[in-house]
Amino acid sequence: MARVPQPAMESVQSRSPVTNVPSKPGRRLGPGALEKSEALELYRKLIVARLAEEKIRQEYSKDQMKTPVHLGIGQEAIAVGVCSCLPAGSKTFGTYRNHALYLAVTEDTDAFFGELYGKVTGPGRGKAGSMHLSAPERGLLATSAVVGTTIPLAVGAALANTYRKSDALAAVFFGDGALEEGVFWESLNFACLRRLRVLLVCEDNGLAIHTPTSQRQGFRSIEEVLKGFRCHVASGNGSDLLDVIRTTRTLLARMAQEAQPGFLHLTYFRFLEHVGPREDFEAGYRRAPSPEERTQRDPVARFEQELCRNGCSSTELAAIKQSVVDQLARSLEGAQRAAFASSSELHTDVFAE
Amino acid sequence: MKQRLTFRRALNLALEKEMEADPDVFVFGLDVPDHKRIYGSTAGLVERFGLERCFGTPLSEEAMTGVALGAALAGLRPVHVHIRVDFMLLAMNQIANMISTLRYMSGGKLRIPLVIRALIGRGWGQSAQHSKSLHSVFGHLPGLKVVLPTTPQDAYSLLRAAIRDDNPVMFLEHRWLYDVEGEVDETERIPLGLPAVRRRGGDLTVVCTSWMNVEAMKAAEVLAKRGIELEVVDVRTVAPLDDEPLIESVRKTGRCIIADYDWVFCGFGAELAARISHQCFGLLKHPVERLGFAHVPCPTTRPLENLFYPSAISIIRTAERLLGLSETDLSGESFYSYEQRFKGLF
Repeated sequence: MARVPQPAMESVQSRSPVTNVPSKPGRRLGPGALEKSEALELYRKLIVARLAEEKIRQEYSKDQMKTPVHLGIGQEAIAVGVCSCLPAGSKTFGTYRNHALYLAVTEDTDAFFGELYGKVTGPGRGKAGSMHLSAPERGLLATSAVVGTTIPLAVGAALANTYRKSDALAAVFFGDGALEEGVFWESLNFACLRRLRVLLVCEDNGLAIHTPTSQRQGFRSIEEVLKGFRCHVASGNGSDLLDVIRTTRTLLARMAQEAQPGFLHLTYFRFLEHVGPREDFEAGYRRAPSPEERTQRDPVARFEQELCRNGCSSTELAAIKQSVVDQLARSLEGAQRAAFASSSELHTDVFAE
Repeated sequence: MKQRLTFRRALNLALEKEMEADPDVFVFGLDVPDHKRIYGSTAGLVERFGLERCFGTPLSEEAMTGVALGAALAGLRPVHVHIRVDFMLLAMNQIANMISTLRYMSGGKLRIPLVIRALIGRGWGQSAQHSKSLHSVFGHLPGLKVVLPTTPQDAYSLLRAAIRDDNPVMFLEHRWLYDVEGEVDETERIPLGLPAVRRRGGDLTVVCTSWMNVEAMKAAEVLAKRGIELEVVDVRTVAPLDDEPLIESVRKTGRCIIADYDWVFCGFGAELAARISHQCFGLLKHPVERLGFAHVPCPTTRPLENLFYPSAISIIRTAERLLGLSETDLSGESFYSYEQRFKGLF
């Protein structure tokens, strides 16, 4: 990739005349945006996702988590921010890079580490692993290791809502690579045709494994292409939790006003290799970000600065962080101690009785 | 209540009954609500239940299969219809990567009450892309149920059972069976997974799928004139598979021909042959024989197409070989074809 980090967000947004997003208010946590308690709760979720993955990075080389991990360090604000805007009862779907999504929806770090260690305490009792985390009881119905495959599922869930005359929402997270899959366009077409209330969240890190967008996509911008579809479109900075929330709220308001799909384009920077616990800047397909760029593209650092600028003390943040550290340590230990499925479980759960 | 129905009307009635019984059941797919109504099998559903519950789709097989899955995960009971099974190959990603795996990977939390209906088999010069069966392919994937109804009663009862099932069911209907008539008891329930003996006989067992039952019954009729009695067993469901009735039959006859409506190589017939050979090893008077499609893409021209498909004649010739008989003179016999359809009864 020629440039790293990605093109500045401003340039992405300036290419988005269709989005018609109201001009951004000042970056404050003021009234109408977030209450302090809400902001600290979001901070906690952000930190849970970040520190859970840092824990994986520490532990992974011990080879006890025998599941490929696609870590989302740099991506956390998208799942945390979007999910915080979804009404209760929403159905969600995701990809193999799903840790922040799973944790944002469930807050269940015990089950999370249980699945990573392949134990019965995991949501798939160890049959799913990192790439297929789900929590049907919390509305997270499926995540998938094949790009684009959960997009039509969300459209189907939205169709079920229409069928039942319910206002509930369905949302699906997918990467920029999914835009090259036929199933994305098929799903988009049907959702637009039927004016379904489905939120399509594109988590754009500009890379499909190691191949940059410039070598994959024959269109100038997705926003431009979507102009011809009966679909609301909005773009934002996925590294900035507040921007994610503002953009999502605006888009959801437009979807509530006029029922049709919403396409939410959020860019972010993938700090680590495609799969695995390490950085891979030395591989040469992209350059390492400068310290300033790192901060700019780090949703946790950015949100911490934001909180401190708006009346939260570093002691408050440190206390939250410590409680998360303790929680994760307990969860990790519990998962290590938990049992594997018994051999009789190989054949269970294939069919419902 | 018993009535005489065609296979197509039996399918239609099953859909009607299930839609009536459960508002969560809906039927959709390309051409489903058009004037032809999938050879009449979806007739009257739009008029009765409206376009919300019976609708057409864009030409997007993968997405529409994913939509069916998403709707099923959200608690509805979709019936997705394809006018040719060959089009399901466009949706194999959803079928093989998603539909068949999600329940297992959810640790048994998800239920997937989803039926995919598709027409299989031979038409009139339908060539290589409108003629497949694919039950061997679907049967190979754990997590799918695969059903091949033969009689109108099975079409009715098995489709109702498939819709009521909380698992994904591939429901494969042979085109030439659509005109077959038979008695249908609306109250009869048939569980998925139970083979049926279509004809009793002590000399040789013919294990059949779908249309091959018709061919085997014809072969039995011809050989009966020489005093040879074939036992014809309809597998009905590829998965789940209860092989006990097949084994029981072969234990009795000691000879078995598998007449599968699919390719022989790596096909479902091989699975059946392996099971029967294994379980009847000491009792077999002859190795199990397999009949099925020739290992080529389906040719269009009739003389070659006739060679491609197994038939009553190939069953008769194989049976004669297994029983050490001379070849029967078939010059006076008439066999089924596109022009000369079997109309029933079984």
